[in-house]
Parts: sequence; structure tokens; C-alpha cells
Amino acid sequence: MAKEKENKKFTTISIPTPLAEKIKKRIKGTGFTSLSSYVTYVLREVISGMDEEEEEVFSKEDEKRVKDRLRALGYID
Amino acid sequence: MSKPHGGKLINRKINKELLNTKDLSEFEINTNLAEDVLNIANGVFSPLEGFLCKNDLENVIKDKRLADDTPWTIPILLDFDKNDLKEGDSALLVNKEAGVKALLEIEDIFTYDKKTIAKEVYRTTETSHPGVANTYNMKDSFAGGKISLLECKTREYDEYNLTPKETRVLFKEKGWQEIVAFQTRNPPHIGHEYVQKTALTFVDGLFINPIIGKKKSGDFRDDVILKSYDTLMKHYYLKDRAVMSILRTSMKYAGPREAIHHAIMRKNFGCTHFIVGRDHAGVGNYYGPYDAHEIFSEFPDLHIVPIFFRSFSRCTKCGSVVNDKICPHDQKYHINFSGKKIREILSSGKIPPEDMMRKEVAETILEFDDPFVK
Repeated sequence: MAKEKENKKFTTISIPTPLAEKIKKRIKGTGFTSLSSYVTYVLREVISGMDEEEEEVFSKEDEKRVKDRLRALGYID
Repeated sequence: MSKPHGGKLINRKINKELLNTKDLSEFEINTNLAEDVLNIANGVFSPLEGFLCKNDLENVIKDKRLADDTPWTIPILLDFDKNDLKEGDSALLVNKEAGVKALLEIEDIFTYDKKTIAKEVYRTTETSHPGVANTYNMKDSFAGGKISLLECKTREYDEYNLTPKETRVLFKEKGWQEIVAFQTRNPPHIGHEYVQKTALTFVDGLFINPIIGKKKSGDFRDDVILKSYDTLMKHYYLKDRAVMSILRTSMKYAGPREAIHHAIMRKNFGCTHFIVGRDHAGVGNYYGPYDAHEIFSEFPDLHIVPIFFRSFSRCTKCGSVVNDKICPHDQKYHINFSGKKIREILSSGKIPPEDMMRKEVAETILEFDDPFVK
């Protein structure tokens, strides 16, 4: 049961063997313990820059309310 | 400015008039948990919308990430011993000190081995570690689920308390694109000023963010920290380049894991950079002096830039504040900024030397009858 649960956390992907060999050479002597840990690291770096939602735009009233408080507290003039 | 962690600034505040809470089971939470509720509701803990369920907790413990792979290193847990609650119920969380009333929608009730939490989060199971002791003192059951804040009261130092939404408007208003955050629990000495101004040189604005709340005996009082920073900023900082706002949260002393947590909170305030010093959030000898620097290499997807500072001191030969990367002189020329020494001098009612602490700052501290927590 535990193994089945563990399996669900990971999936297998295929990459070209020559690329895998290059990566294995590259990670020798680094902190990466496996091909998978390196590929995970790189993909997290690449994907995280893309998948974040658009920045929330505050409504005009909302922003005014916030600015009024900031002004009252002396944060802005 | 940084996007909120997870992509969206969480807002879990609702109008209490819209909700009938009469039939809800009510339970009292301590002030630390009430601060967690407020930090979830205001978006300081974005993307959390509530207390962790078991699936998220397991991931945080093992992988330092939530179940959806978002970096998250500190378990935000609601412990309880009320037996009549079950999954699918709602309950009212209440705390008088913070005037907090919040709805909890219980998604998961579970237990978890506290020793495993301690070992993974604090790297030790010794009860002399304050974070471990707090973990062992937790009740045996945990309730996970979303919260909605219904009420909170005006509190001391609220004039210094900005939410992430407010800091984001503030930074925008000041025209800052890159903002460096500095966390503190002490009044500023010359070394702090050096670190802050060095970092500020390369960005648009400095966000000084003291942690306010429960402290140990002998620590500086919260009002002393705030007033001393007010003084420093008034005399030595450009108004358009530095702001201060407090953060109400408890220190966990989880060293490297907590450094990541501190960075995430500052990212939610809109900061793009975060200063990490030597033994950040450490206690005793549980962590190596630069463990809190090294852990950042595990998170290529954090999206806040850590600015690492090693030890810094005053070099009498250079005649300035230095660090080990810029000063060639022997240790015998170096005077360390010892918080203990500064406390001792101030305790005797004297002003520390000007190369340790600004005179104006010291005078502000000495205006207090007793600047220390009893």
C-alpha cells in the first residue's frame, strides 16, 4: 500500500540516452545524487517562471482605501 | 516586485454578517495560532489558505514542498484535543488576546509522529531545542482545512503593521521595482546598518521587517526595537528608500528551513531580495553557521534572491565595517558587533562607542526605564 502511494508521487519520462549520459557526466562531483534529481531541479527552474498566475490587480476603491491608510500612517505623502 | 508565492495573494477575510456562526462549535486557540490565522488570512503565508492537511504535511516534512510541489518548509499546524469534531465539520477558532474569530472548514483530522516532525524540521529530537519542545508540547491531533477570518481587533503597534496588499501598494507608490527585505529582532547596531545599506545600494528600496511577539527574558522589548529603528531611519536613511513594518509571527528556530520560510513571507510582501545572515534563525549549535545559505540552492523555483552575508566586523586598520571578503587585515584589528556586549553597556546606562551603535539610537534606547524583557 505504501509503495503504491509512493509510486503515485513520481512518474517516468524518457529522454535521449546520449543526453542522459551527458547529464550523468555533468553531475559527477556535484550535489546532485541522480539523473532524476538534476532533471527535477532544471524543470522546476524552467516551469516555475511560466506557471505563476497574473499579478492581482486591485480595484480602484481597494487601492484608494490602502493609500488612505498609508498616508494616515505617514508611509506616503 | 515579486509575484506572491504560488502566484496568488491569498485573502481569507470575510464579512461576518454573511455567516451564521451560532451553531458552530467554538474552540480557543493560543496567540501563536491566532497569528498563523491572521497570516493566512492576510496572505503573508500565501499560497496557504488554511492549516496543513496530512498530505501537505508529509510533503513539507520529506520534500520541503507542499503536495503541489510549491516550496514550503515549515509545517503550519493546528493541534487540538476536541474529540467531537470530524472531517466535514466547521468550527469557530477564537483567541481573545488577538481578538481573532475565524471559521475553520475541517478537511482532515489526523495524527503525526512528532519525533519525525522534530527530526526533519529541526534536525534534532533534543527537547532543549525550543522548536522541538514546542512540537512535543502540541496536542496529539491535528485539524487541516481552510480558514476564513471573521474578526480581529486593533492591537498595539498596528500603526507599524502592514499587510502584503498594503506593502505592495506602498512599493508601487514609491516606484520601487526591486526591494530587499531585512529581518530583525534587535535594535540596529552599525553592523546591521552596513548590511542594509550595502544591499540597498543595488536595489530600489529597503524593507525593514522586525518580528514582533513573544520573546525571551533579556531580549529587547518590541517598543524599544521599533523606536530605535524610527530614530535610525530619521537620521541616517533616505525617506524614499527605506520603510519599516512589523511581522507578527513566532520564531521557530528551525535554522535553514526557517530561512526559506522567512524569504517566502517577504516575497509575499512584494520583496525581490532577502538578506540572510550567519546562522539565520538558528539557536545553540544545532546548525552550521552557513546552513541557512546553502539550503537556498535546493530551490530554483523560489523567485526571491537571497543576499548572503557572512560575518562582519569593524576593522580598526580599514577604519570601516568589513567582511571576510573585503578586508585583508588580521583578526587582531577586528572588533565584532557583539549583541551581548552592546546589551551590557546599555544595561549599565552608558552609551556604546559610536563605531558600535549610533549615538541617537543608543539615546533612544536609554530613554526607556527598562529596555529589556523581564
